[in-house]
Amino acid sequence: MEIPYTVHARQDTGLYNAKLGIWLFLASEVMLFGALFSTYILLRVGAAPGTWPHGLLNVPIGTLNTIVLITSSITVVMAWASLKMNQFSRFKLFQAFTIMLAMTFVIIKSFEYHDKFTHYEVILNDGKVVDGHLVEKTQEHVVIHPAAKHGQHAAEVKIETSQIKKMENYGPWHNTYLAIYFTLTALHALHVIGGALVIAYLWGPGSQMWKTDPERFTNRIEVSGLFWHFVDLVWIFLFPVLYLL
Amino acid sequence: MQPVTTEAHAHTVHESHHEELGFWRKYVFSTDHKVIGIQYGITALCFLLFGFGLMMLMRWQMAYPGRPIPLFGPLLEKVLGAVASGGVMSSDLYNSFGAMHGTIMVFLGIVPLAFAAFGNFVVPLQIGAPDMAFPRINMASYQAYVVGGVIMVVSFFIPGGAAQAGWTSYSPLATIIKTQGQTFWIIGMVFLITSSLLGAVNFIATIIQLRAPGMTWMRLPFFVWAQFVTAFILLLAFPPLEAAAVMQLMDKLAGTSFFLPTGLMVSGQPLPISGGGSPLLWQHLFWFLGHPEVYVLILPAMGIVCEIIANNTPKPIWGYKSLVYSALGIGFLSFIVWAHHMYLTGMGTAISTFFQTTTMMISIPSVIILSALLISLWGGSIRFNTPMLFSLAFLPMFGIGGLTGLPLGFNFTDIHLHDTYYVIAHFHYVVAPGTIFALFAGIYFWYPKVTGRLMNEFWGKVHFWLSLLFMNLIFQPMFAQGMAGMLRRMADGGANYSLAKEPGALGALSDSMIHANTAISHAAWLLGLAQIPFILNFFISLKKGRKVPNDNPWESTTLEWQTPTPPPHGNFAKAPVVCRGPYEYSVPGHATDFTPQNEPVNAR
Repeated sequence: MEIPYTVHARQDTGLYNAKLGIWLFLASEVMLFGALFSTYILLRVGAAPGTWPHGLLNVPIGTLNTIVLITSSITVVMAWASLKMNQFSRFKLFQAFTIMLAMTFVIIKSFEYHDKFTHYEVILNDGKVVDGHLVEKTQEHVVIHPAAKHGQHAAEVKIETSQIKKMENYGPWHNTYLAIYFTLTALHALHVIGGALVIAYLWGPGSQMWKTDPERFTNRIEVSGLFWHFVDLVWIFLFPVLYLL
Repeated sequence: MQPVTTEAHAHTVHESHHEELGFWRKYVFSTDHKVIGIQYGITALCFLLFGFGLMMLMRWQMAYPGRPIPLFGPLLEKVLGAVASGGVMSSDLYNSFGAMHGTIMVFLGIVPLAFAAFGNFVVPLQIGAPDMAFPRINMASYQAYVVGGVIMVVSFFIPGGAAQAGWTSYSPLATIIKTQGQTFWIIGMVFLITSSLLGAVNFIATIIQLRAPGMTWMRLPFFVWAQFVTAFILLLAFPPLEAAAVMQLMDKLAGTSFFLPTGLMVSGQPLPISGGGSPLLWQHLFWFLGHPEVYVLILPAMGIVCEIIANNTPKPIWGYKSLVYSALGIGFLSFIVWAHHMYLTGMGTAISTFFQTTTMMISIPSVIILSALLISLWGGSIRFNTPMLFSLAFLPMFGIGGLTGLPLGFNFTDIHLHDTYYVIAHFHYVVAPGTIFALFAGIYFWYPKVTGRLMNEFWGKVHFWLSLLFMNLIFQPMFAQGMAGMLRRMADGGANYSLAKEPGALGALSDSMIHANTAISHAAWLLGLAQIPFILNFFISLKKGRKVPNDNPWESTTLEWQTPTPPPHGNFAKAPVVCRGPYEYSVPGHATDFTPQNEPVNAR
């Protein structure tokens, strides 16, 4: 039994099965992320005036990550085009870049996460608030390094445990902005990791297919590339929404 | 999709001889759409029985609140512990069973049966395809469904029991209930959503790509159209619920406040949360799936009924094109009616007005479909076999369900009826004697193609008449109860709000309304007994049923009857070429009453 149109396009639709399949899958992904973006809008519009946080994230780092992902979009297309031109080694090179860029993105993102999880807001018994990164924590005291403002160096603050009323880091539980930030970016990061794993498989063991069925292998690269572009596109929306607005 | 390295080799092997697959590959990890369809069908029927069983136990608590359940009470106590101490169903257990009854019936019973089981078995056959476009994804879809189902069932046995916040899982209630039943529910739902996503992609790709030569869009049987629209609804409506489920999971496990408002108090204590979330957001995201889901339940049923009516009248279906366009219209409109479930949330009158308007609009295509099916009967020489009886009963039953929905769609009448037994009666008329009857019709109709044997007609008719009687005895009184003001989800069946308890209280429930509970419960248990002929018939006919005289025992025109019985792996002995429309019945001058779709035009 042979399923038709697994490799060659059906004439009246102009598509092979997997290409239609990935587009349908991406349509559902649009709805998934669409719901989360709608959530962002509703939470932001519903927030009490002046309470929506701004400037929590590092824009230069976000910009760097945007450039990383856009570059990977270019390499993924070049890899596919190389196969179309029958240049397998060029494909290997470009797709290696894609995988490295994906890993770079995830590493940078994990630094950003780490930065948020070590960033504390400490509310003291007298109502004062100390906001900064945790330097040291013992049974008796904590040391917080407040964020520097306009190039000035801020001194570390040592606080006795007995003075602390509440101490909470900037995790998703801190406010709804961070909740949606972590949910959206974590879901996006999972997509990056998943896409990178597929691309890595097709770069490594999966590339054997080039010898037996080059056309089908090229299709696989195209389909994985379509997914990769979608992942990039989501970030293009995430970056302004979470970092800039 | 063969293993990569041996692919070229495997092709030549396949062409020379068909290797016999082992038991596991053939029946458990099968990629054959027919086997997967049967797997889905059997599993979903089991879940339907299980979900119905939960409700039969709940009906005892409603009829005789606080009394131990006979037979099953001690068993429940043994298995579930304190929540059923003394064999009495506690309110917590009642809530769990209520939430899980809805969840199981909708997500584990009807959708898998109507969409995945019938769709998997019938759609590739009806379009003349050798299999689904992505057979291995098809297998993964079934496996994800089983995992989701197992998680749901396991949640009954964890400490605190299964989810208690209703099948709608409204936050903050769903979040603040201490037990982990809700966490299991969410994770189970994520698997079920994955399953239907994989299924939907597969169905759409199959219908677009794998239609046989000559099978143009307007030659597709209506059943295929119905499944096509259903697949699109599942594809696009489920992901927002997945997003909502992820956020509720975050609320539950990571301490976020997506759906928890500022200043939320539980038992007089403020919760240690950041607040700032929106309970209304959950409802929007839930009903963005929840309402299209209704059409996921009903469209495949309409498709099945259409096939059976055309086959048994036997006449071309009246208004085929208007059926198709109505189904597409329903598919589109179903995405913009969701907030009619939320008139009483205070979301604003302007929004209510918009959704009231779209809700009235969506009733138009539904009425067109029902009318076309009704008119199709006119002048027919009708064969009253079991599938046809179920299909005929579908029309008035779905009609009652649909028409009683109109007062719920108007927001001023909904104020009175919202959250009462009227709502329960309304949607059960749509889904139970509506969709489930159509599913029974489909089982009796396609059983001979699946097994090569017919089900027993006499016991089929017994099953039909008893089911019809008891379904109506159950749900008809609920309209009256609801209009009298009896609310849903009360563990004592409303006894606490009865005149007997508080004589002279304004709006309290009269004795006759309370006593109706007892009558309804007895009807429900009898409905349970009425399924025994079906269950026995289903299994005994496997071995003892009358063998089909030929591959096309119902003298049908569509392609699934032009295959060997049961269809082998790869389906068709010879690749079919389609030459005509789906319902060429009783064509004047033709030798037979039916003209199969693949019969060449000049072959008279």
